[in-house]
Amino acid sequence: MAIKTNKAIKISQKHLLGIQDLSINDVNLILDEAKDYIKLNQSSNKRTDILKGKTQINLFFEPSTRTQSSFELAGKRLGADVMSMNISNSAIKKGETLIDTAMTLNAMHPDIIVIRHQDSGACNLLSQKVNCAVLNAGDGRREHPTQALLDALTIITRKKKIEGLRVAICGDIVHSRVARSNIYLLNMLGAEVNIIAPTNLMPKEIEKFGVNTFTDMKKGLKDCDIVMMLRLQNERMTSSYLASNREYYEYYGLTQDKLDHAKPDAIIMHPGPMNRGIEIDTVLADDINKSVIKEQVELGVAVRMACLKIFCK
Amino acid sequence: MKRQYFINANIVDPHNSMNENGGLIIGEDGKIEAIGKKVNTNNLPTRERPIDLDGKYIFPGLVDMRVFVGEPGYEYKENFRTLSNAALAGGVTSVVTMPNTDPIIDNVSIVDFLKRRGRDKSKINIFPCASLTKGVEGQTMTEFGLLQEKGIIAFTDGIKTIQNSRLMSRIMNSAKDLGSLIMQHAEDYELAKNGMINSGIVATKLGLSGIPDIAERIIIERDLTLLEKTKCRYHISQLSSEKSISTIEYRKDKVQFTSGVSINNLSLNENDIGDFRTFLKLSPPLRKEEDRLALVKALKDGLIDVIVSDHKPEDEESKRLTFAQAATGASGIETLLSLSLELYHNGSLKLETIISALTNNPAKILKINKGNLSIGSDADFCIVDINKPWIVKKNKLISKSKNTSIEDKKLQGKVLNTFVKGKELFKL
Repeated sequence: MAIKTNKAIKISQKHLLGIQDLSINDVNLILDEAKDYIKLNQSSNKRTDILKGKTQINLFFEPSTRTQSSFELAGKRLGADVMSMNISNSAIKKGETLIDTAMTLNAMHPDIIVIRHQDSGACNLLSQKVNCAVLNAGDGRREHPTQALLDALTIITRKKKIEGLRVAICGDIVHSRVARSNIYLLNMLGAEVNIIAPTNLMPKEIEKFGVNTFTDMKKGLKDCDIVMMLRLQNERMTSSYLASNREYYEYYGLTQDKLDHAKPDAIIMHPGPMNRGIEIDTVLADDINKSVIKEQVELGVAVRMACLKIFCK
Repeated sequence: MKRQYFINANIVDPHNSMNENGGLIIGEDGKIEAIGKKVNTNNLPTRERPIDLDGKYIFPGLVDMRVFVGEPGYEYKENFRTLSNAALAGGVTSVVTMPNTDPIIDNVSIVDFLKRRGRDKSKINIFPCASLTKGVEGQTMTEFGLLQEKGIIAFTDGIKTIQNSRLMSRIMNSAKDLGSLIMQHAEDYELAKNGMINSGIVATKLGLSGIPDIAERIIIERDLTLLEKTKCRYHISQLSSEKSISTIEYRKDKVQFTSGVSINNLSLNENDIGDFRTFLKLSPPLRKEEDRLALVKALKDGLIDVIVSDHKPEDEESKRLTFAQAATGASGIETLLSLSLELYHNGSLKLETIISALTNNPAKILKINKGNLSIGSDADFCIVDINKPWIVKKNKLISKSKNTSIEDKKLQGKVLNTFVKGKELFKL
């Protein structure tokens, strides 16, 4: 991760649809830009006018607290006009298709659209139909690029590097876009990735992504620098994946005895929202020496500001 | 109708083991009067001016065993007239239509309507299927006997599968009693639940739920087990995976059954889905390249009997959606032959094997006198330039729906003329 790039390098993509599409230069460009905003966000006057006169539309088809507010705040701090569409009151409820919604919004000349959708590939479809840049805030199970970028920034802030670190991603991998984006990004930045999940929650042929897979959490956590826990996505579970939450916690919930297999200075991450007592022990989640969960949220705003600035032409 | 003479054609008629340069005489009644190398300029009446085909190919009119027509209920996707025109442009002169219309073809009165519409609006031979169960709900079987008497050729739930083993067993018993042909779309619903594409790396990458190949195999295994007890006419609509083939290979000498494959699964694989191309959302799904190769080999080895277009017209609105929301299926009747010929041009299959899978094999399963060029049969045939290059453009398709799975594909081989009962109904 030590590769320091020239800031003059431009982003290679028009849209931010997924980590898969980014080059290492793109990633470094975004992370470097984000670092500048960390300090700004901690100061008393957080407002700039970098995106003054630009219009940002947030289109969230799925409920979201942190990502939506993070994007909204990021846009406002850059001085953009931010509009968040309330889907439950919109024409989509009346049967309008995604493409028609896109065309309608496009006619209002936004500079950037941030979209979250329950279907994988929805942002790709949108990007083909609008003139402005599209930022993916999570599509189905496919990608959640800004989450992976903020996770990377959090790791760099704590560990000063990513290359050579061993990262465990544990939990409901099959339903997780966060896992997929993180796998791509961590691989790109030179980390070793361990995936830990029961077979029912492990995506098919995930090992072809260049990761190690474990069904035994203790083995998977061995000597890890980073422990990334994922939320059990009960709302996406259509048939019996697990016997019970109780049993899941027993074998895959992060507890101190399991964490002891990781390195002593390992840090704990979670994209939120957390199911305390299911995937993570509540004491560990709140342990300020180990858990960086709040820091992830903080850096999330900085990363999204960087993305908005870079992709908003 | 005047008598018609063609000479100097390459005639491929697998039913009569014919693959030779010769001529064709069509009688005034639209039936084949003479065919083969004996028909040449030396023995034609001198006053006649025969058409010299200059080495172009003559194939029997294709018999497509799996076609969806939008009539009744979805006329905006395809009606009998548009289907006929699309079929003729692809050299197809007989089709077996699926019962998944609105209403479902599941009772005697609707068959009357269907036959009438087919006769009035269609230029090709329509062989309608009725559903296996009322409303394709998989609960109560339909009246195979009465429906057959009205002209139903076979029974299938089309895009649906009989999940209930007891019901399937009873269906087979009835089919055996009545001599009915049963066609199963093999997919276990629970294993395939919410699935959109083949289960594996591509599904994982795209974040789509997968349909595992065992979902197909498990139904085939069950049905062939039931078939050992009740020997009825049973056909597996479409195979898609190597695993299914190993199952049928193992069972082939124990029970009698037949099987088909979609030209899509023979020509494409899951990687073609690329960036969420909804036109390639198919059932069964496109699988891995190894699966595709296994299907080609199975056809070569005679394990698979027929190639179908699985022609499923869908309008633009049903496809301009996210992958999860988009309708399943591709329009393919016009490109069936040309795309099949790709397997000949690239050395995968012999020409006779391909033509057989498109003509006499389906006819034999259906027990119809089609897909051959026997003397006295209806002169249903097509004239084909098997080398003519062309590019598939969806806007040039004749079908009412433009959802081709092979947009912009370069193909070699095109139908020049198509005849039904001796009448030229298509000319390029």
